[in-house]
Amino acid sequence: MELRSEQNSNSAIRVEHLRYSYPAAEGQTEHVVFDNLDLTIEQGSFVAVLGHNGCGKSTLAKHFNAILLPQGGSVHVWGMDTKNEALLLEIRRCVGMVFQNPDNQIVSNVVEEDVAFAPENLGVAPDEIRRRVDEALRQVGMYDYRAYAPHLLSGGQKQRVAIAGVIAMRPKCIVLDEPTAMLDPQGRREVIDTIERLSREQGITIVLITHHMKEAARAQRVIAMREGKILADGTPDEVFSQVELLRSAGLAVPETTELLYTLNEAGCDFPLGAYSAEACAGLLLDYIRDLRR
Amino acid sequence: MLKDVTLGQFFPGNTVIHRLDPRTKLIWTVLYIVALFLAKGAAGYGMMLIVLLAVIAASRIRLSVILKSLKPLLLVIILTAVLNLFYTSGETLVSFWIFRITREGIRSAIFMVLRISMLVTGTFMLTYTTSPIALTDALENLFGPLKKLHVPVHELAMMMCIALRFIPTLIEETDKIIAAQKARGADFESGNLLARAKAMVPILVPLFISAFRRADELATAMECRCYHGGEGRTRLHQLRYARRDVLALGLGTVVLAAAIVLRNYGL
Repeated sequence: MELRSEQNSNSAIRVEHLRYSYPAAEGQTEHVVFDNLDLTIEQGSFVAVLGHNGCGKSTLAKHFNAILLPQGGSVHVWGMDTKNEALLLEIRRCVGMVFQNPDNQIVSNVVEEDVAFAPENLGVAPDEIRRRVDEALRQVGMYDYRAYAPHLLSGGQKQRVAIAGVIAMRPKCIVLDEPTAMLDPQGRREVIDTIERLSREQGITIVLITHHMKEAARAQRVIAMREGKILADGTPDEVFSQVELLRSAGLAVPETTELLYTLNEAGCDFPLGAYSAEACAGLLLDYIRDLRR
Repeated sequence: MLKDVTLGQFFPGNTVIHRLDPRTKLIWTVLYIVALFLAKGAAGYGMMLIVLLAVIAASRIRLSVILKSLKPLLLVIILTAVLNLFYTSGETLVSFWIFRITREGIRSAIFMVLRISMLVTGTFMLTYTTSPIALTDALENLFGPLKKLHVPVHELAMMMCIALRFIPTLIEETDKIIAAQKARGADFESGNLLARAKAMVPILVPLFISAFRRADELATAMECRCYHGGEGRTRLHQLRYARRDVLALGLGTVVLAAAIVLRNYGL
């Protein structure tokens, strides 16, 4: 498959033979997270990483911008080895990261000054910072709120400000670690729409860590993980059609797939790749019409 | 309940006071405090009160906001007033039992109350009209020369900025914890002072734990956004003195000079 081609020129992030374990707490054995993990993320792709709590998704994400360093093997970001300390700032500029709790990643109490934080750290000239801040805030649709205090914003708005704070670095890749976990459905939609638009219009590589299947279904590629290993990897259709495998890892497939799968078990023959309620309803409607005929 | 706390809050606006360079406002506040402590008599206090009221009027901060910010200090203010009222020796006006109220006592009680409330209000005017970031910028800039003496000026400024940023967040969290503990039957309202202080423990413990967790996450988030100390950092808003700053500083010097003169004449 084209998406999984191993061409180095296309790879944004290349993880090779990654080994990582958390140091042993007193009276416990050390917790091995990764043992020989290989993974390549292509430039410009929109990848969703799925997995149960403690399967190592967040630990993996932290390897992508040198917050954690591999204990064995290597992680390359656009050809830069994350272990090379001289490249640290450039690596972190290239790969921006958004976390779960928007409150704990906003530094300033004025929206625009928070967005300016990263370019300020990078020593960008003031005029250029202004331009980048305005542009970033427009891209996430928060320009009108630039003078607000973050605690007056909703969760979804705060999370979009956090995304703008990352965009202002002009990253090539954005890693989002469960960005919607603390949001209400409205905020969740705002954030996912924003991410999708950035992927489509700006060509920014997106790695979305989530356990909402519906969100994962919007990616081009889905990686399901279990205990530090890749369980399934492919397009949403390819991954979600392996219902039994995902269930064995304690992962639910999208509700619509679940329904179609159950119907198939009862003798129907539906394709499993309908992830919106509308698409699923359409399939069922067609089926019922066929029955009548 | 805690939402009323206005300490360290910033009210955005576009008045002359808001637009002054934060360094000017910081220097002004220092001049104001010195002048206030030099005031001795009615003329001195009167002048400072006029200055303060003029600043409040120019900044368009509502008076109710200012009165609310004085509320937590009410106890301190009353205590000082009472102590000054009864413990100042001088010409006796009224006396009953062991108490004696003197003319000087009344005078110093009034002046102390004025001094404390004007001191607090004056310094609050700085935080009300200056964004915390601008304020830390000003501090960093004014204390910049101390960097040569290896004083971690940038780090201190950053810490202050983050502390101010998290005040509303932590207040919100405290409210939530109080509600959660109340729902579990915690009683914060009855009992003597000691019992009430003890009742605070179940609030403080979770608050501290969450604050440490927040700090940890924030540090990672800052690292992810390429924070690496003050070296080579630029700013979105450059500090620049304008003509109004020169005027304001001139005015501040005049006020201080007037305060010194008034003090020398004992007014």
